[in-house]
Amino acid sequence: MRNLLFALLGVFFGVLMTKSEAISWFRIHEMFRFESIHMYGIIGVAVCTSIPVFWYLKKRKTKTLKGSLLAYKPKNLNVTRFLSAGTIFGLGWALLGACPGPIYVMIGGGFMIFGVVLIGALIGTFLYGLLREKLPH
Amino acid sequence: MQELIDFISQPWHWAVSGFLIASLSILMTILGEKFGISGSYNAICTASGLGKKMRFFDRNLKDEFWRFSFIAGALIGGYIAMHYLQSDAPVQISAKTITHLKDWGIHYPSSVSENLGYLPTEIFNFSNPKGILLALAGGILIGFGTRYGEGCTSGHAINGLGHLQLPSLIAVIGFFIGGLLMTHLLMPWIFG
Repeated sequence: MRNLLFALLGVFFGVLMTKSEAISWFRIHEMFRFESIHMYGIIGVAVCTSIPVFWYLKKRKTKTLKGSLLAYKPKNLNVTRFLSAGTIFGLGWALLGACPGPIYVMIGGGFMIFGVVLIGALIGTFLYGLLREKLPH
Repeated sequence: MQELIDFISQPWHWAVSGFLIASLSILMTILGEKFGISGSYNAICTASGLGKKMRFFDRNLKDEFWRFSFIAGALIGGYIAMHYLQSDAPVQISAKTITHLKDWGIHYPSSVSENLGYLPTEIFNFSNPKGILLALAGGILIGFGTRYGEGCTSGHAINGLGHLQLPSLIAVIGFFIGGLLMTHLLMPWIFG
């Protein structure tokens, strides 16, 4: 039941990413050239909606359906790590015009070249697993 | 019913899209999971048996199973949207971007047969070795970066910022440093 629900949310996500045009390479390119408000609008509205809702849910000590208190497990603040990791991801994001969600949606939409991108992403994940001990965290 | 389908098929305004993404992220949080897509890469590596060889991939797949359901749904959603909810209007990117791309020999696809402005298929196609190589290289950057930074656009920019997390803000600043470097320094060299 739970899995079916997440599959349905996934379907909604796929339609949303396509119809919002967030999966468009051109939209991402335009965003990094500051030539349209579109992507900034999407992310901005999403964040501005989330902040008060999460704040309210945490204030009310809401429990998730799994039974635990709704909370965000904070990550250890390491500027070098998040800045360099973010930069590496940003390079790929701008080149391919797709972040991890859109990679799956594009494959579903029939852009099979994104299968190659997914293979690359899994290689990248494997490389991280290999080098993990040597990187600052 | 047809009216509803036609209504949904128009391009969605960014304010509507942003609100719906937030709703999805909030709903998933209430269900007890975190809105984040790139975590699925770990789950796939674990499922492929890497956990036996590397401790990092030694995870309990039971907790990660929702990710597989979600991805399967996203694939189906992409198919449905692209085949049954297609609008005749191409992605309305700015005229400035279209003009600039002409200098790189990338023409803006503006009809149904040309993918309605989703991807410059003259670069990213299976008969262009350069495009395949770029797809692989970009994928590696995305996989490595999101796993090292423990999150992508969904996990950090949408969910993390929604929880006012400083590490997420730093990661998002990194996303833009990388994105601007690629767009303004590297891509003119790759495509120019």
